[in-house]
Formats: sequence, structure tokens, C-alpha cells
Amino acid sequence: MNGMIAMAYLFSAVMFILSLGGLSSHETARRGNIYGIVGMAVAIIATIAGIVAGALWMVVIAMLIGAVIGLSLAKRVAMTQMPQMVALLHSFVGLAAVLIGWGGFLAPQVSLHGSAHVVHSTEIYLGVFIGAITLTGSLVAFCKLQGLVSGKPLTLPARHWLNLAAIAACIVLGVLFVPAEINPGTVINLLLMTAIALLLGIHLVAAIGGADMPVVISMLNSYSGWAAAATGFMLGNDLLIVVGALVGSSGAILSYIMCRGMNRSFISVILGGFGSDGGEVAVDEVEGEAIAVDLEELAEDLKSADNIIIVPGFGMAVAHAQQAVSDLTDRLRKMGKTVRFGIHPVAGRLPGHMNVLLAEANVPYDIVLEMDEINPDFPGTDLAMVIGANDTVNPDAVEKPGSPIAGMPVLEVWKAGKVVVLKRSMASGYAGVANPLFYKDNARMLFGDAKDSLQGVLGKLSD
Amino acid sequence: MRIAIPKETAEGEARVAGTPDSVKRLCKLGFSVTVEKGAGSRASFTDDAYIEAGAQICEDINECLADARVVLKVQAPTDAELALIPEGATLIAFLKPAQSGDLLQKLADRKINALAIESVPRISRAQKMDALSSTANIAGYRAIIEAAHNFGRFFTGQITAAGKIPPAKVLVIGAGVAGLSAIGTAKSMGAIVRAFDTRAEVREQVESMGAEFLTVEIEEEGSGSGGYAKEMSKEFIDAEMALFREQAKDVDIVITTALIPGKPAPKLWLADMVDSMRKGSVIVDLAAEMGGNCDYTIADEKIVHNHVTIIGYTNLPSRAASQSSRLYSTNLAHLLSELTPEKNGEISINFDDEVIRGATVVKNGEITWPPPAAKISAQPKSTAKPIEDVKAAVEKKADKKKSPLAIFGFWIVAAVLLLWLGKVAPPDFVSHFTVFILAIFIGWQVIWNVSHALHTPLMSVTNAISGIVVVGALLQIGATGSGLVTLLAFVAVLVASINVFGGFFVTYRMLKMFRR
Repeated sequence: MNGMIAMAYLFSAVMFILSLGGLSSHETARRGNIYGIVGMAVAIIATIAGIVAGALWMVVIAMLIGAVIGLSLAKRVAMTQMPQMVALLHSFVGLAAVLIGWGGFLAPQVSLHGSAHVVHSTEIYLGVFIGAITLTGSLVAFCKLQGLVSGKPLTLPARHWLNLAAIAACIVLGVLFVPAEINPGTVINLLLMTAIALLLGIHLVAAIGGADMPVVISMLNSYSGWAAAATGFMLGNDLLIVVGALVGSSGAILSYIMCRGMNRSFISVILGGFGSDGGEVAVDEVEGEAIAVDLEELAEDLKSADNIIIVPGFGMAVAHAQQAVSDLTDRLRKMGKTVRFGIHPVAGRLPGHMNVLLAEANVPYDIVLEMDEINPDFPGTDLAMVIGANDTVNPDAVEKPGSPIAGMPVLEVWKAGKVVVLKRSMASGYAGVANPLFYKDNARMLFGDAKDSLQGVLGKLSD
Repeated sequence: MRIAIPKETAEGEARVAGTPDSVKRLCKLGFSVTVEKGAGSRASFTDDAYIEAGAQICEDINECLADARVVLKVQAPTDAELALIPEGATLIAFLKPAQSGDLLQKLADRKINALAIESVPRISRAQKMDALSSTANIAGYRAIIEAAHNFGRFFTGQITAAGKIPPAKVLVIGAGVAGLSAIGTAKSMGAIVRAFDTRAEVREQVESMGAEFLTVEIEEEGSGSGGYAKEMSKEFIDAEMALFREQAKDVDIVITTALIPGKPAPKLWLADMVDSMRKGSVIVDLAAEMGGNCDYTIADEKIVHNHVTIIGYTNLPSRAASQSSRLYSTNLAHLLSELTPEKNGEISINFDDEVIRGATVVKNGEITWPPPAAKISAQPKSTAKPIEDVKAAVEKKADKKKSPLAIFGFWIVAAVLLLWLGKVAPPDFVSHFTVFILAIFIGWQVIWNVSHALHTPLMSVTNAISGIVVVGALLQIGATGSGLVTLLAFVAVLVASINVFGGFFVTYRMLKMFRR
């Protein structure tokens, strides 16, 4: 029986790897998801088959409730709310890891001695620690994304010292906890550590601002993987270890890609606050005047342009303008124009957020291109339309070495023949840096709600 | 307020200060517009088109100007026209304030406010009102057209059955707006184009238009204020002349555009150069109005000297009247929209506005020309350098990361740690650890292949599969544990199930949306 279960687990692990592998292209992605579902089903059935029948009714009840909640959440969530949804799901993994860690600690163990005991305790300790940080960190991220708390970074005085003290305390508690046998003292140690880790998770994410959320979410994704891996070590279960490692490295890579997209080190993002550490943010007043246009002029520009690139940012998600963007794109393509999209890696609040929004609005994915693919094409483009993006199209990043965002890869929209920026106001973006793009000779501003503006332009085009 | 657009009366002036399009814009600003009958006819705008755009048509200039509050013209008004403009009205036209002190005095005496469109400061904000640039653009284009008209050969080179046609060689002196426009036009007609300018900063622009940039050996920066050239030293001019003498024997077409503000045009193409040119060559002197760059130039005339045609037409933009009128009237419409910030059809001449201050030459009976100096370079000195700096900095950073010693050190430390772990840890752990490390590497390889566009589905699917912790909870729920452990496990199964079902379903939903 044990051999069969182990083989079933192996099968599941392979399915999960294939599932992630399937996401390498749009064509295989759906199949990948099916692989994942099959792997999960096999793993659960194999596990249930191995446990005593007496507990089956509890399992069924728990899973039924979970399934109802999960499916209804997944069914109702709007694509603009995907970041929140993902954050919430992370917190569940964290919670489960904490609970399982505690369960493993409290369950009477077959006597373990010496190094085996140390390793086992360490695994429990780590599992609970990572799980707790993931739990509260994800909840705070969820609240920020949902707008329940302000997206501004919380900057407590001496916050780095607070984090350091919390980690030091956890290490000390860990040294006390790991070698000791189970007794009231160790229970208190583990409880204390859990509390500290929960607070640490809150503080870590609270210190990070809204636009760094892509990094935070991928980081939490990574943590949830490591928490699962630690649980696997604790239970001696290879499947959990494999899946944890897969998810953990997935999140790590995503964080890395996001950081590279902002040209910031992972550490500086995690420590929070943009440019607030150095204290010297080169705030240059940009010379010149932004030229505003109205709907009619934009419509005329669109009519006369053959080659158009649309650059969406978080503003598009905020204004729920993706459907309007899609309608406009349809219209323009029917008029025989080449319309493409340029997506910055950190646009939105979740890796790949813009792609999902555009897909939801039925924009074909083969005209949605990555930054590196589309940047060389801007000089040959007649019109670049920026919808609710700011820092990701800031020319200072390449032109001004002293700028706080210098070196960040950006979409070089200003190289297009003309740039129209749809924006609510002249306010600066997340980095708090003025954007000289707005003052460039070939740039025009269209103020107002992106959705209304786009629908207006569409109306003018149809006339 | 009523805007009047009279017919231009100057000799050979075909342009008009308003087009049906600009009239529409002006009406939007709250003005009513009166256009003199036939004002646009020579620029191909019919009276009907003006009426359709919302203007009224007046029979003659008396009626047109009678109750005008704003008068838009191309050329400065004649005395007769001036007498018709009501007191207190505002006149906007090319007034040449530097040369026409008399006119300014008359305007001031009649208490007519005047804005000289050519005095709009050359700053980026005012580019949309820069009529000098828009007319210079046309002048440059037209200069090449006139040259081609008078040149007995092709511009482009061809090899035909009837023999080889050599390409024309064009030299453009002065790469301002007109010069660049001439370069572009000549180039697009297939000529070999060379350009000379004392300002080294225009080299890039010249080369971007496809022309060869000629230089002299002497280092001297010729940039003056406001984007114009300044006068050069004697040594420089000597070297320049030597260069021109050499070119004169080689080129077929010369376009001269050199102007220095407020001074007669510099003599650059001297008599001996003209004499040494090939028969049939053409010179178009765009500086004819200011005395000409060429010794032989006679303003407003085409002369032939020693079989070389020298064209000194002063009003080339008028020879492309329709296009010129369109651009000029758009410039005027932009200026008027600056003058009426409220868009209520009432102009206010606000001296706090740098652009309006610069353009206004007469206000409330006082001559306000020249405006106080505002020194803004038309172009930042070096934009290319910082980019290199950034790149260099980035490269440096990348170099730092990959020292072979550090890589070696890392693996040594890792090996020692692994060996130590192997020594102290139980065998069970070692095998789990092996699986763990290998799985990380598999994950690393697999995830890098995931398309950027699918990162959100990737996150939700990893979310779902990290719900695999449900397996851990299932193992605990089944164990004969205490009530507390079972309760914890129960809750864990529940929340992990949310992940499993929610994660997979939302991924399914998302992937279903992606379509080609």
C-alpha cells in the first residue's frame, strides 16, 4: 500500500511539473491546468486511501466547505481583482502551513532522538515561521489591494531595527525550542514565535507601497511554496517537498523578474519605501508645458496613424477601461491599422496583470507584446497611446543618470511620432518623479477618466 | 468679439490669415468671424467654405474692418488699411518690428494693439504658434521646387537606354528650418545634398535628413541666442569662403538661407563663386529680402548671369499659398487661444505670459518692442552623453557581479555546508533534501520558460498546487491524534481546499479568455 501511495505521489509530482511547463505558451496552457487538476486529484485520493476510514466524514465535510468557498470566490472575482484574489489564496496556504506545523508539534510522536529530533523540530519551527509570515503578509497585501487600508508604505521609525529585533527574537526562541522535548515551556516558545512571525508579516508588507505589490505578491507566492516544503520535510512527504520547491522557485523567479523590471534590488523593495532611504531624491522641475488635446483631436490622430501602439498601465485597471480599449482596438483594426500593445513587466499590481485584463476584454494575445519585443518598434510607430501608465514610460530612466528611476527599463514611447497620454491629472506616478514625457514636443495629454475618454474617441471614430 | 480677416492687398501676396478650418477653431473660442469677399480665393478657399465654417462674408474691406476687435493679416497693413482699423482693436500679422519703426509709431498713435507673429519667442511651449518656422518650412520646400523648375536637368540619377543621367548636386547653406526643409525635399527628389552651417549642433539634424554635413577646420561655435547663428570671426569666414569656392565648381544648385537677426544678410556666395559655377546652375537666395546671401541677388527677381540663374523671390511661401495659409492660420488660432484663456471670445493681452509679452509690439498706445530679453537655448547641449553614462553604470554593475573568485567561493561554502549536513542529519532527511534541491532546479528551469503574458495564470496555478499542503493535513486528520490536532487538521484541510478548488477554477477561467 505504501509503495502504491508513493508511486501515486510521484505521478502527481510529474503532473505538477508538466502543469507549470504547459504555461510556456498559450496553446498548451489550458492542458497544463488540466494536468495540475489531475495531479491534485490523484494526490488527494491516494492520501485519503491511506488514512483510517473513521476520519473520512470529517475530510469530506472540510473539503466540501472548502470547495464551495473556493469555487464561489473564483467564480465571482473580477479580473481587475485578481491581485487581491491571489493574495488571499496565499494567506490560506500560510494558514494551513501554520496549522499543520502546530498539529505536527502537538501530535504525539514516535520517539525521535538526537539529530532526528533536532531536524524534526527545526522543520516544524521553520514551517510555522514561514507560514505565519505568509499568512499575515498576504492578508495585509490583500487589504492594501482591496483598498481596505491605504496603499501608502507604513514607515515606522527604526522599522529596520524592529524587523531585525523580531528575527533575532525568533532565532533565540528557536534555539531554545529545537533541542527541547515537548513541555509547557516549548509550547510557549512556539506560541511566542508564531505571534512574532505574524506581526513581522504584517509589518513587512505594510512598509511596502502599492506599486511594489507585484514583487510582494510574487514574494509571498514564493514563501507559500517554502512553507509547503517545510511542511513536507516535517511530515517526511516528498510530494509536498517537490511542490513546495516548485512553487517556491516560481515565486522567486517572478520576484526577480519584477525587480529587474523596476531596476531595484530585491532587498530594497522588501525593505520598503521608494527612494526614502537615501533621503536625496533629485526633484527637478521639468521645463515646459504639457499640451492638452480633446477627444476630436485624438480621433483625428488615430485616423491618420497607420501604426499604433497602446501602452496600458495600472490606470487602465483602475478605470476598468479594458473593454473600451478592446472596442477601440477592434475598430482601429477594422480600419486597417496595425494596433499592438506594449506591456511593461511591472505594469499593474500582479505579474502579467495587464495581459489578463486585455484577454478578458477579448484582445487577441498575439498583438500583446512584451517590453523588449516592442521597444525597437517605437521609432517606426505613428502614434503611441499611453493609458494610465506613468513611471514605466518615463524618459528620465534612460536619459537622466541622477533620477531615482535611472536605469529602470521603460517603454520608449517618446520615440514614436506622437504620444497621447490618457491620464486623470498631472500627478506624478508611484516613484514620485516628475515625468518629462508629458512636456516633450511630440506628447499630448488627454485628461479625464480613461474609460469615458476611450468611449468618446470610439464614438468620434464611428461618426 | 469680432475677428476680421481682410483680403491681402500686397503685391504678389496670395496667402490669407484664416482658412475655413481655422475659422471653426476661432468660433469655438467664442469669437465671431468676418471674412472679406474673395480673401481666400488665391489660396483655393471659397467664400462658401468660409460660410459653412461659420464666418460671415463682407463685400469690401470697409465693411469687414468696421467693427472688428481683432484683425488677422499676413502682411503688415498699408496706410489705407491702417486707417480703417478701429481704435482699440488688436492687429496680428507679420509686422517686422525691427525694420518698421514707423509702422509701430502709427499703430501706437491710433491706439491699436499689435502682435507681431514673428516675435513669438522660440521656446518649446510656443512652437505651435511659431509662424516663422512654418513659413520657413514652406520656403525651403518651395526653394527646391523653384530651383528644379529652372534647372535643365533631373535631380535624380538614372541609367537609361538613352544614356546616363547624373544626379544633381545641391548645396544648402544654413540648416535652419528652411534649410532642413530644402534638404529633405531635394533628397526626396533624388539629389546628392550637402549642407553647411556654422552651428555644429545641427550636424545630427542634417545627417538625419540624409545630407552630408560640410565643415571647416576651424573650431568655433556659431550658436547665438534663440536658435539663430551669430556672426563669425574673420579666420572662420576665410576658411568658409575657401570651402564654398571649392564647392562652387562642383554643385549644380545652391540654396542660401543664412540670416542673422536684425542685420543685413551675410554675403556668402560671392561674384567669383557664381562665375565659377557650371552653366545651367541655379541659385535660390532665401535671404533676398534682407539683401541676399549672393552678390548678384536682386530681391523679387529671377536673373540669369553668365548662364547661372539666380532667384531672389522674397515671398516663396505665397507661391504655395494654400499650404502656407493653412499653417499660418493654425499658428494664429493657437495664439488666439492663448490670448483667450477663458474661451469666451474676449482677448486679454497678459504681459505675465512670456509668449504674449514677446509677441506684443504695441499695447495701449505704447510701443513695447523689443521685449525684455529671455534667454533660452533652443536645444539642450548634450542629451546623448547621459545615456551612455547610464549604460556604462549598468555595465559596471553587471561586471561586478561575476567575479570568478566569488563563484568559486560560493560553491566551496555550499559544498562544506552540504557535507556537514550529511554528517549530522539523519539519512531520511538527506534523501528528502536531495529531492528538495533537485525539485528547486526543475522549478527554476520550468518557470523561466513561462511566457510573461501568462504570469498571472502562473501565480494562480501555483496557488492551487501549493494547496497540496492539504495532503499534510489529511495525514494528520487520520492519525489517532488528540482532539486539538484533529481540529487543527480539519481547519487546515478546509482552507487548503479553498486554494485547490479556487486556484484551479480561476486559472481555468483566465486561460479560457486568452484567444488569438
